[in-house]
Amino acid sequence: MHPDDTSAAGDVILHAKGLTKTFRDFTAVDAVDLSVKRGTIHALVGPNGAGKTTLFNLLSGFLKPSGGTITFDGRDITGMQPENIAHLGIARSFQITSLFEKLTALQHLELALGSPTGVGFQFWRSEKRLARFRDRAMDLLDQVGMASLADREVGHFAYGQKRAVELALALALDPQLLLLDEPTAGMGIEDVERTIELVDRISAGRTVVFVDHNMHVVGTLADRVTVLQQGAILVEGSYDEVRNDEKVITAYLGQANV
Amino acid sequence: MTTSPSSAVRTFPLAPTPRSRWRVARLIMWPTIAFVALLVLPWVVYPPIAMDIAAWALFAMSIDLLLGFGGVLSFGHAAYWGSSAYLTGWVAVNTGVPFPVAILIGALGAMVLAVPIGMLSVRRSGIYFAMVTLAFGQMIYFIANQLSVITGGENGLQGVPKTFFGIEAVEKESFFFYYAAIPIVVLGALAAWRIVHSPFGRVLSGIRDNPERVRALGYDVERYKLIAFVLSAGLAGLAGGVYAVSHGFVSLQEVDWTTSGKVVLMTVLGGIGTLWGGPIGAAIIVLLEDYLASAGFEGIGIVTGLIFIVCVVLFRKGILGTILAFVDRARTGGRGMPRFGRADRLAAPDSVTATNTAHDEEGNHAPR
Amino acid sequence: MDAFIQYTAQGLAAGGFYALAALGLAVIFGALNVVNFAHGAFYMLGAVLTAVLLDVAGINFWVALVLVPVILFGFGIIIERLLVQWLLGLDNLYSFLLTFGISLVLVDVIKIRYGVSGLPYGQPPGLEGLIRIGAVQLPVYQVFVFVFSVLVCLGVWLLLAKTRVGVIVRAATEEPERARALGINVGLWVTPVFGFGVALAGIAGVLAAPFRAITATMGSSFIIILFAIVVIGGLGSILGSVVAGFLVGLVEAYGQGYASTFSQIIIFVLMAVVILVRPAGLFGRKESA
Ligand SMILES: Nc1ncnc2c1ncn2[C@@H]1O[C@H](COP(=O)(O)OP(=O)(O)O)[C@@H](O)[C@H]1O
Ligand SMILES: [Mg+2]
Repeated sequence: MHPDDTSAAGDVILHAKGLTKTFRDFTAVDAVDLSVKRGTIHALVGPNGAGKTTLFNLLSGFLKPSGGTITFDGRDITGMQPENIAHLGIARSFQITSLFEKLTALQHLELALGSPTGVGFQFWRSEKRLARFRDRAMDLLDQVGMASLADREVGHFAYGQKRAVELALALALDPQLLLLDEPTAGMGIEDVERTIELVDRISAGRTVVFVDHNMHVVGTLADRVTVLQQGAILVEGSYDEVRNDEKVITAYLGQANV
Repeated sequence: MTTSPSSAVRTFPLAPTPRSRWRVARLIMWPTIAFVALLVLPWVVYPPIAMDIAAWALFAMSIDLLLGFGGVLSFGHAAYWGSSAYLTGWVAVNTGVPFPVAILIGALGAMVLAVPIGMLSVRRSGIYFAMVTLAFGQMIYFIANQLSVITGGENGLQGVPKTFFGIEAVEKESFFFYYAAIPIVVLGALAAWRIVHSPFGRVLSGIRDNPERVRALGYDVERYKLIAFVLSAGLAGLAGGVYAVSHGFVSLQEVDWTTSGKVVLMTVLGGIGTLWGGPIGAAIIVLLEDYLASAGFEGIGIVTGLIFIVCVVLFRKGILGTILAFVDRARTGGRGMPRFGRADRLAAPDSVTATNTAHDEEGNHAPR
Repeated sequence: MDAFIQYTAQGLAAGGFYALAALGLAVIFGALNVVNFAHGAFYMLGAVLTAVLLDVAGINFWVALVLVPVILFGFGIIIERLLVQWLLGLDNLYSFLLTFGISLVLVDVIKIRYGVSGLPYGQPPGLEGLIRIGAVQLPVYQVFVFVFSVLVCLGVWLLLAKTRVGVIVRAATEEPERARALGINVGLWVTPVFGFGVALAGIAGVLAAPFRAITATMGSSFIIILFAIVVIGGLGSILGSVVAGFLVGLVEAYGQGYASTFSQIIIFVLMAVVILVRPAGLFGRKESA
C-alpha cells in the first residue's frame, strides 16, 4: 500500500518464534513463526477458531505463551504485562467492541492520552485536568471522522462509529505497531470501505497487523498475508500467492463466501 | 443523528447546556442534602446515635468507593475500621493528644495495614477478591484477639477519652462532641467525592467496566486497584476512629466479619455506585438496629438478613439508585441511556463482563 | 512423635469435614457460578439437626448421617427455587450477597430457638473409646471421620466421573465455558446440584456434631476458613478443594498443637503464600497472565 514506506523500511519490527499457547490439552497456537516487516500491513487470516485472537492476546501480553519468544523492535517482550507492552508501542483493538458506554468519545480519548502521563494517579485533583488532552483528542477523533460526535456518549453510537472510536483509541497511544482484530466484522459495505480507507491512512509511518475475514479488505490493504489453520501457519506470502495456493483453497473449500 | 460542528465544541467548552446545568445541580445537591442532614441530626436523634450514623455513613462510602467505582467488593473492611478504632483508642488513652489527632493516626495505621493485604488481594478479582479480603479480615480479628496488650482482647480497650483542647462541653457531652467530630466525617466524605471525580476516579470506573480495555491502554490495573483499596481503608479508618472515640470503648466486634457484612448491607441498601447512597443505608440500619435493640428483639440478624435478601433479589439499585434512575427517566422522558453504574452493569452483564466474571481464576481473563 | 500422630489424626478428621464442605462449595460454584456464603450456615444446620433429632426423636448418629443430608438436600432445593434462581444470570456478587443474607437469617433463627450455649452431643454408639495403632492410641471417632469423609469424597468423585449426570456436572465445574460450548444443558441440573452441595455441607455438620461445639455461630468462622480453602485449592477444581480441605485441617491441628497462639492465623498465612506463588490456587488452572 505504501511503496515509499516499504522501500525505506525492511527490517523486522515484530518477530515471533515458535510461539505456542496451550489451554489444558488443547493447543490454540502451535509453534507459530511470524515476522512482520516495519512499515508494512500484514494480514492474518484463517477460519474461526484458528487461533488468530489468541495470537493477538499473546503478542499484546494478555496471555502468557506456553512456549516460544516474541521480539518487538529488537527487544524480548515475551511474558511482559499488557500495560508495559502498550507503553513500548504496541496497541491493539478488540474483536468485540469494548468501550465505556457512559463515557463520551472525547472522554475515551482523554483516558487513552492520559495513560503515559501518569495523570491517572491524581486522585486529589478534579477530572477537569483531563481537559488538557482535548486538542490532541479532537485531532484523533477528526482522523477517524468522529470529531462531530466528540461529546456524545458512545452508548448512542452505531456499530461502525464505535469501531472508529476503537481505532482512535489505539492510535492515541501513538503505537509503532497496531494490532487490529477484525476491524470490519459486522459492518455494512459502506462502513467497510470507510474502514479500509481509514486503516490505509493511519498506517502511514506505522506497522499494522490485522485479522479479517473479508478478502476484499485483505486484498486491498495487505502487503503480506499469513494463513493460520488450527493454530499453525499454513501459508505465508503476498495476497495473490496466498489466494492461489492449493492448501489454502483446500482449507477454505466449502466456505463459499471467502 | 444530531451533530454539532467540532469547532463549536472547541470554542465553547463550558457553555451551560441543560445537561451540564443538571449535572452541576446534581453535583451540588447531594453534598448539600447530606451536609444539612448531618447538621440537624443530633437534634432529631439521640446524639450518640447520630454520631454512629455519621461514622457508618463514611464507612459505607469507603465501601462504595471500591465497589461502586472500582468494581470490587471488600468483605473484610472491618479490618480497617477496627484496626483504626484500636489504634485511635490506644493513642488517645496513652498519649492524651486531642482526639482528631488520634483519629488521624488511626486512619494512617489502617492505610498502612491495607498496603500488604491490598497487594495480595488485588491479585484476584471478582468474587475471589471478596473471599480473600474476608479471609484476611478474619486474620486481623485473630491478631487483634491475640494482641491483648493493646486491644484488651476479649475485654476490649476501655476508657478512650474525648480529649479536645480542654473544652469540657465537647469532652463530656455527646451533643457537643458530635459537632466537634463531624468535620472529620465531612472531610472524609468530601475526599471520597473528590477521588470519584478525579482523573484517578475516571480510570477506576474504566477498570470497573472493562479492566482489559484499560490495561490495553497502558494502565497498570492492579496498581490502581491497590491505591483505591488503601484510600478506601483510610476512609474506613477515619470512620472507625470517630466511632471508637464516640463510644469511648473498642471491642472485638469492630474487627468482626459481621461488621464487614453490615457495612456492605448499608452500601447495597443505599445504592451501589451512588456514593451518597451509603449514608442513607447507614442511617436506616443504625436506627433500625437501635430500635430493635431497645425493643428487646434478639434476632437482629433475621431482620438485617431479610433486608439483604429483599434488596438483592428485588431492589438491586438500592434507595438512592432507584431515585436517581427515576429522576433520570423523568429528565430524558425515558429515551435516555440507562445509567451505567455498577448496579446496572451487574444487572445486565454484557458479553465481555460475562466472560470476565464467569470463571476468573487469575484475576484477569484473555479478552476476545 | 506420639503427639504428632495424634495431631495428624485430629487434623485429618477436621480436614474431612472441611473437604466435604469445600467439595459442596466447589460443585455449586461450578454448576451455578454461585459462591454459597450460606454454606457455613448449612453446615451448622446439619450439626444442630443431628443434635435435635437425637433429643426430640431419639434418632441416633447413624440414622442422622443418612437423614440429615436428605433433609438438607430438600432445604437446598427450596432455597434455590425460592431465591437463588433469580440471580443466576447476574454478576455472582449478587448471589454471594444473597446467600450472606440467608446465613444471617438462619444463624439468628437458630440462636433464638436454641440459645447461644452449645447443644450437647455424645460420642456416637460404636465409635466410643480409643483405638491402638502401633504405639499410639487414637480416638476411634477421629479415625472414623477421616475414613468416612475420604469414602464420601471418593463416592462423589465416582459419581462425577462415571455417571452421565456427573460428567455434565464435572464439565460444568471444571470447564464451564467448554461445557456451554458443547451445548450441555447445565440449567437442568442446577437445582439438584445446589441441593447436593448443601447436603454435603450437611454431612460435614453431622460429622462435626460429636466433635465440635454445636452452636448457632459454629458455621461463621467455618465458612471463612472454607473460603480460604477454596482460594488455596482453586475453586474451579474438585480435587483442589478436597486436597486443600485436608491440608488446612492438618495445618490447623499442628498449629493448635505446636503454636496455639498463632494456630488460627497460620491458615491465612498459608492462603497469602498461595496467592503470592500461585494466584490461581494449587490446583487452579493457570491460563492467563
Ligand atoms: N481462554 C481460553 N480457554 C480455552 N480455550 C480457548 C481460550 N481462548 C481461546 N480458546 C480456544 O482457542 C481456539 C482459538 O480461538 P481464537 O484465537 O479466538 O480463534 P480465532 O480468533 O482465530 O477465531 C478456539 O478453539 C477457542 O475455543
Ligand atoms: Mg478471533
